[in-house]
Amino acid sequence: MLQDKDRIFTNLYGDYGFDLSSAKQRGDWKDTKSLIEKGKDWIINEVKVSELRGRGGAGFPTGMKWSFAPKKDANSSRPHYLVINADESEPGTCKDRDILRFEPQKLIEGCLIAAFAVSANVCYVYIRGEYIAESKILQKAIDEAYANSLIGKNASGTGFDFDMFIHMGAGAYICGEETALLESIEGNKGQPRLKPPFPALVGLYGCPTIVNNVETIAVVPTILRRSGKWFAGFGRPRNTGTKIFCISGNVNNPCNVEEEMGVPLKDLIEKHAGGVIGGWDNLQAVIPGGSSMPILSKAICDTIKMDFDALVEAKSGLGTAGIVVIDKSQDIVKVIARIARFYKHESCGQCTPCREGSGWMWRMLVRIQKGEAEIAELDMLMDVTKQIEGHTICAFGEGSSWPVQGLLRHFRTEIEERLNFKNKKIA
Amino acid sequence: MSGKHVEANQPDKFEFNNESLKKIETILKKYPTERKKSAVMPLLDLAQRQHDNWIPLAAIKKIGEILEVPYIKVYEVATFYTMYNLAPTGKYFVQVCTTSPCAIRGSDKIVNLCKKYISEKESHLSKDGKSSWLEVECLGACVSAPMMQINDDFYEDLDEQSAVKIFEGIKNDTLPKPGSQKGRKGFEPNKRLTLVKN
Repeated sequence: MLQDKDRIFTNLYGDYGFDLSSAKQRGDWKDTKSLIEKGKDWIINEVKVSELRGRGGAGFPTGMKWSFAPKKDANSSRPHYLVINADESEPGTCKDRDILRFEPQKLIEGCLIAAFAVSANVCYVYIRGEYIAESKILQKAIDEAYANSLIGKNASGTGFDFDMFIHMGAGAYICGEETALLESIEGNKGQPRLKPPFPALVGLYGCPTIVNNVETIAVVPTILRRSGKWFAGFGRPRNTGTKIFCISGNVNNPCNVEEEMGVPLKDLIEKHAGGVIGGWDNLQAVIPGGSSMPILSKAICDTIKMDFDALVEAKSGLGTAGIVVIDKSQDIVKVIARIARFYKHESCGQCTPCREGSGWMWRMLVRIQKGEAEIAELDMLMDVTKQIEGHTICAFGEGSSWPVQGLLRHFRTEIEERLNFKNKKIA
Repeated sequence: MSGKHVEANQPDKFEFNNESLKKIETILKKYPTERKKSAVMPLLDLAQRQHDNWIPLAAIKKIGEILEVPYIKVYEVATFYTMYNLAPTGKYFVQVCTTSPCAIRGSDKIVNLCKKYISEKESHLSKDGKSSWLEVECLGACVSAPMMQINDDFYEDLDEQSAVKIFEGIKNDTLPKPGSQKGRKGFEPNKRLTLVKN
């Protein structure tokens, strides 16, 4: 188990204030100037050494992403932007919310450092519209940082100018997709852009833009202070560091917890979350990384370790590390059908396979749930998922079809039994 | 995205009040001067707050004028995002999360209470005209499920008992304190193994 001395988010549970002086007591803003004075290359290299991978779901190496930012041409009037994705909307996920309300200074300091590394003088934090209380806290924290010259003109005495603004979303899951998010800041419907060009070259207002998740940026100051090597010491190569896990669903003590990457799923559930309601043997399945990630059967849950590569091997993914525990009292088809309804509601409507297919999947799953479908429809459902997957502009297509594929992969026998039973009854 | 109910009885005019106008000035400073359109979303929010939690079409027109954006461009933003209400919601707008993590923990019970205490149908005003309710998608409080949002506030860690208290509170304008209804500060477990306070 991760020891308290190795925790990055020491105020994860809101025991102490979010205000600047409390944050400083926890070590935030200590010698930020000297970190920045070590230079862009040093910062990016240290993040590369840490092997930090994006915490928003895709797990892209952060240091590499930053190195994609073009060199700023002194003669060019094109600014660079840093955009923070705080549009936390993936069902099962509520980790960034805790950073916004309990550790906002970690985020602000991380933003300054990241912005410096990618030559961005302006940062927008895109917060999901419902996080109103959290956005007020972050605004207060930003105001405090300005008042103490930590950000603003000559931020922290580094000679670097840095401004930070909040842009509120308004209830659209798709805006968590980075190019939809940029469209939304520009005042448009949140519909993803065709890539390439990627935001690093053509992003916000057509300018070079780096988009990072809240948790990714908030861990950066600690990485630089304690060294990339320290961070890389947790977990295993390519799957390093500590991570906030959200454990919800049928557990005795639902909670968020910061743990070492690669921690066994069973430890997270049994030790931190007080165990599955009714005991481990009452476990039916687990969604390991937010609703887009395919479910895992109990047999896999017995031994799986929670990191990027281990979950890919198990044909799922770490995603946002939002763990939803489903016990045997739940109708698994109903759970996935409800997720399918979520995607039907949230599809932006731009690509036909996703707009139409998400509704198809939902309606078929509802029929299966009621036992009204024919067994042949299971193959048809699988086919629909394959027609969506890989045929859309953004990863929403995968996000909506993977959970259905996961259901068919692990529970096909049970579903066939259900349909057989119903069909026999009718005959 | 899903369809939206637009109010039939529309006011002819909408003007931002002085307080809002001041806020618009601050909002516009956030974005490059030639990118005023970026303020469409914050201005829609402002209009909604000024106008009893819903946005009349006249306000959409007004925002278009202020930001020099065609009416339809503002309208399509207003209809795309679920949080903009284009019809009255009542003083208390209740949004119940029913996505799987909440559903697993019994959000259907909260929905039933909404039907009992507010109105049989979603998006319909209660008899006293004070409140309405809506099933919504994940609000990002899965660890404290089931939960609901009333206006700006999250009410989390609900059960039937605490939800009834809240619905009674709506009737008498005495809502309990927002946040966890089981006394949690954040998403800490009931029994802590980590970050144990000395």
